[in-house]
Amino acid sequence: MLTSVIVNAIRMGTIFLFGCVGEILTEKAGHLNLGIPGIMCIGATGGAVAVHLFGGKVSSPLLVLFAIIFTMLFAALAGFLYSFLTVTLQANQNVTGLTLTTFGIGFMKFFSKRIYDQKFFVSLSSAFKNLFGLEKNTNPFVQIFLSHGILVYIAIIVAIICAVFLNKSRRGLYLRSIGENPATADAVGINVSLYKYTFITLGSAIAGLGGLYYIMDRSGGTQIAEAPIDSFGWMAVALVIASMWKPLLAAFGSIVFGGLSILDAMLTTLPLDKQKIFAIFPYLLTVLVLIMTSVVKNKNNQPPASLGLSYFREER
Amino acid sequence: MSKIERREPLFHIVKNDAISFGKSLGIRIIAIFAGLIVVGILGMILIGENPFSIYSAMFDGAFIDVWTLLQNTALLLMFGIAVIPAFQMKFWNLGANGQVLVGCLASIACMKFLPVKFPQIQNWLLLLIMLVASIIVSCIWSVVPAIFKAFFNTNETLFTLMMNYIALTTVDYFVFTWDKTGSGTLGIVNLLNGQKGWMPDLGNKYLLPIIISIIMTAFMFVYMKFTKHGFEVALVGESVNTAKYVGINVKKVIIRTLLLGGIFCGILGFLYASCLSHTVNQQIGGLGFTAILVAWLANFDSVAMLFTSFFVVFLETGSKFISTKFQLNSTDYSNIVVGIIFFFIIACEFFIRFKIQINHQHQKTEKSEINAEKEGN
Repeated sequence: MLTSVIVNAIRMGTIFLFGCVGEILTEKAGHLNLGIPGIMCIGATGGAVAVHLFGGKVSSPLLVLFAIIFTMLFAALAGFLYSFLTVTLQANQNVTGLTLTTFGIGFMKFFSKRIYDQKFFVSLSSAFKNLFGLEKNTNPFVQIFLSHGILVYIAIIVAIICAVFLNKSRRGLYLRSIGENPATADAVGINVSLYKYTFITLGSAIAGLGGLYYIMDRSGGTQIAEAPIDSFGWMAVALVIASMWKPLLAAFGSIVFGGLSILDAMLTTLPLDKQKIFAIFPYLLTVLVLIMTSVVKNKNNQPPASLGLSYFREER
Repeated sequence: MSKIERREPLFHIVKNDAISFGKSLGIRIIAIFAGLIVVGILGMILIGENPFSIYSAMFDGAFIDVWTLLQNTALLLMFGIAVIPAFQMKFWNLGANGQVLVGCLASIACMKFLPVKFPQIQNWLLLLIMLVASIIVSCIWSVVPAIFKAFFNTNETLFTLMMNYIALTTVDYFVFTWDKTGSGTLGIVNLLNGQKGWMPDLGNKYLLPIIISIIMTAFMFVYMKFTKHGFEVALVGESVNTAKYVGINVKKVIIRTLLLGGIFCGILGFLYASCLSHTVNQQIGGLGFTAILVAWLANFDSVAMLFTSFFVVFLETGSKFISTKFQLNSTDYSNIVVGIIFFFIIACEFFIRFKIQINHQHQKTEKSEINAEKEGN
């Protein structure tokens, strides 16, 4: 029972982890991208397109690779559009993000309905699941660590790389400085726009993988057009705050969030209304973290100082 | 000298504070047309009809049911009115969804349980209690983030966003608690029970929201333009430091403004419960995000919002009709249409706020001016 909760928490959390790590990179560049739910939808559409085009024609590892490339490409394009509007054209980030979310949800539902064929997708989903072929093994250790699909491991690796990049590398320091004070970063000679474009686009590409993971691995290809990817996207945005903008903490946080969001399905012995109460906890936790970080002014746990503000060089 | 000149970029961007109203309107209209052209081309590719039949279908579809169109405009307008004072203050209140939703939940709770406990209750009293309950709960939802913003500078965008989801999950919990069948929906409350807590019919069921939305708009227009409160809100939005120097209690202004937003959301939640849906579900409040776009598009001006909310509802209704007419089997086409047109409007805002100066020409004119001066001498 406990093993299965943990396994499912990890798997569910992977969706949030992709979105969250992508959003952390974006927010470290000083941009609050509320388009992440939409970008995840667009990424999922990209993956579905790849499966539709190549499914059955290439070997499974190649199919997974193509799906990942397509997903990242679609999501990166959406992220690029967002960066063009908010970095170059200085548009309001909240409005742009919400528009992107509206667009992305419509985009996914509209296009995936046209290419979706349940049997076909379900038959191909095995390529994405169960990387080591040990799913049937009942050993708890194997179940928890070695029974997942490839994207789960990719998510954790990406989170670790991001953590190292942000905290240990020079470029990571530059990126953080842009999020804190772009004018200072600019004065030091850092190309602010280039960094913003790069990391918003990259962050979006990473977030998009969350959508691919949900449609092909977590849901096993059973639903695409009606997938609630946007609500997972908002959860990912919440996780960014709950993990205090730290990718490694996000990896653990994603398991907690994943656990809380599957708990209602696990506790089937409880009455229905008692199950529903667990769904509130991730958001309550997020609000508590948000309040605590602002009350206890520890400077390591703060949101980037210029989050949500556009940077115009000639305005001082 | 020439080296430095060559290094200079071709153009540079300067702020354009004094743009005429006509010009800015012109730019926006051009952007909307550009968006419509893209939508038309997209429609041509996806549907295989010529763009003009798509536009005409959109137009016909929007005006098939004028009353629904007006009512939806009124609803969107009320959501927008509820958020603009906060936005004017640069307090990004993304929580209108949740505020309306919990207001509606509170109203429904009164509607469902008060007539059971007090069967003799008069309908007007019940309605009044519902309204008050809705406003109180809605205000809690909006004031809590405001208090933390005022005292601890907690990020209000993220806080209000999270409050939406707390509201959604809370509603889910109560619906499952009240509805013992396990269907997860509450059904129409008091449908067979003398319709207690329902607003009396004004002869036309669409009329009430429309009238209330007009009153709200008028109130907000006067409040923002002609009262001291409105001035304080605008000043805090312009510069918190200036406001402090003038002696404005910024904390008080933030909390008071969000309280006002909460009251408006509460009224709206009450309207949903008593007049529009007679039930509570997660779809209520779904207009909140669209309202943010509408409010921003109107530049946070309550009267301009009359037009922008009508425009957005027109777009949505029209494009939904396109998908029915051309059998796209999907109402999501409207999301794509609204998204694309909004991208164009967002992009065009740049050309209103900034102007592009081409350096090369600028220098030339300077040189020629100097030459002209020399020749004159």
